[in-house]
Amino acid sequence: MADPMRIRVAARDGVVNVKILMSHEMETGQRKDGAGKLVSAHYISKVTATHKGQTVLSAEWGPAVAKNPFLEFNFKGGQKGDKIAVTWEDNKGESRTDETTIN
Amino acid sequence: MKQSRRRALKAGGGAGVLALLCAAGVVSPGDVLAQSGNQAAFAMKTVREAMRALGAQAPAVSAAIQIKASEIAENGAVVPISIESKLPGTESITLLIEKNPNPLAASFTIPAGTEPNVSTRVKIGESSDVYALVKAEGKFYMAKKEIKITLGGCGG
Amino acid sequence: MIRRKMAATVLAAGAALGVSAQSSPEAEIAKYREALAAGNPAELWEARGEALWKQKRGPKNASLEACDLGKGAGAVKGSYAELPRYFADANRVMDLETRLVHCMTTLQGFRVADATKRVFGAGTNRSDFESLAAWITSESKGVTMNVALDHAKEREAYQLGEKMFYFRGGPHDFACATCHSESGKRIRLQDLPNLTEKAGAQLAYTTWPAYRVSQGELRTFQWRLNDCFRQQRFPELKFASEASIALTTFLARNANGAAFDAPAIKR
Repeated sequence: MADPMRIRVAARDGVVNVKILMSHEMETGQRKDGAGKLVSAHYISKVTATHKGQTVLSAEWGPAVAKNPFLEFNFKGGQKGDKIAVTWEDNKGESRTDETTIN
Repeated sequence: MKQSRRRALKAGGGAGVLALLCAAGVVSPGDVLAQSGNQAAFAMKTVREAMRALGAQAPAVSAAIQIKASEIAENGAVVPISIESKLPGTESITLLIEKNPNPLAASFTIPAGTEPNVSTRVKIGESSDVYALVKAEGKFYMAKKEIKITLGGCGG
Repeated sequence: MIRRKMAATVLAAGAALGVSAQSSPEAEIAKYREALAAGNPAELWEARGEALWKQKRGPKNASLEACDLGKGAGAVKGSYAELPRYFADANRVMDLETRLVHCMTTLQGFRVADATKRVFGAGTNRSDFESLAAWITSESKGVTMNVALDHAKEREAYQLGEKMFYFRGGPHDFACATCHSESGKRIRLQDLPNLTEKAGAQLAYTTWPAYRVSQGELRTFQWRLNDCFRQQRFPELKFASEASIALTTFLARNANGAAFDAPAIKR
């Protein structure tokens, strides 16, 4: 199973800053392994971040996003104690959801 | 699947394609069919084709879009890029890298209440223009910036 | 061969890089490094390491929480800033890796061979040592380096490490000092630290472990030494060996007085 994400949220003057680190190989499908065989493409293709169930950011990615992806954005209206959830799905159908609380 | 593999193997023939091999990948036709949304655009080979697949025919250059990145990236494997749009009604922000095998790298949908300003990190195979495509109030706009890479996407 | 060719290409590319009107290449590289620091994937390893430390594992089904890293059983905070050190229970000087092997065998009941099966990770085949080191070292962030040479064996290790640093050998007649005893040397765009000067020694030691963006991996100081040995065409530096501990003692001690600042992120 995929490792947990690291989600950091910081609220300031009603604006919530969200920083996410995801553990993923983000294989391009063009790299060869030690035996000279192509390593098949394996990358996060979809990311959704929600605040109290409402989507605050969604993304579609290709394999050009760097390994162990980083994502940062800001949204308005978050309060202390609110839950932020982030879900990623990859091109092989794996997914992972993690959440954190604004403090 | 088979076809894309053969194509990639063929591409892998010479040492000159090292950067290509290590850079962003080919999306196989199977992946495209299996997925919805903008996935078809991810398979395109040029910035123009990718923009068209996203519905942008001839986006106007806009000074209200800012691509924030260092002009030189020490390593193409991880290139931090932020895109900020000051266009009212920004709905989406899309990042394209001209010289990558598939230019479309990432596309973000910005709901109301979210600042039109996102940061991520991408692989860039060789020095290239990067494009920010922004959809605002139903229309497309773009900005461009050159990023130089001192070490290709797979350097050690 | 390919590597050499690539290095030459990179040098040429570096020279050809256009200098923009406002900003020097150095300033742009600094900007690049600053942007990277905004989110360090080393945190993913730190989280795994903390979970591993607390997880019951091995034939004895025990966690590492009773492991004494030098400041008492289970005391992790600040411990790395005082390693390597002499441990009376083992009657020898140990660096972090050696001590972890000790705890994995004594507390968890692993055999040494099993504990050290994968000391450096690659992709999804992760190394427990890299994860544990990421977390343990993160608990010393900001702590002043303070490697004591109070015990005779600590002084012995330091002196042996110093000898190794200047020892020339291998097919290229190389020593650590060949690259690391002069200021202003570099490989491609990488400045090589002068480890014979306090500032250089401190900056180098206090910024490992680091997330290496070129590899997408968290690498420890132990890995740094191993890779230097490889580049010198030396025989492999054996993991948790006397030689490795000695060299680490020498370099860690020379960083005394500086605030530990890792896990870092490097190109």
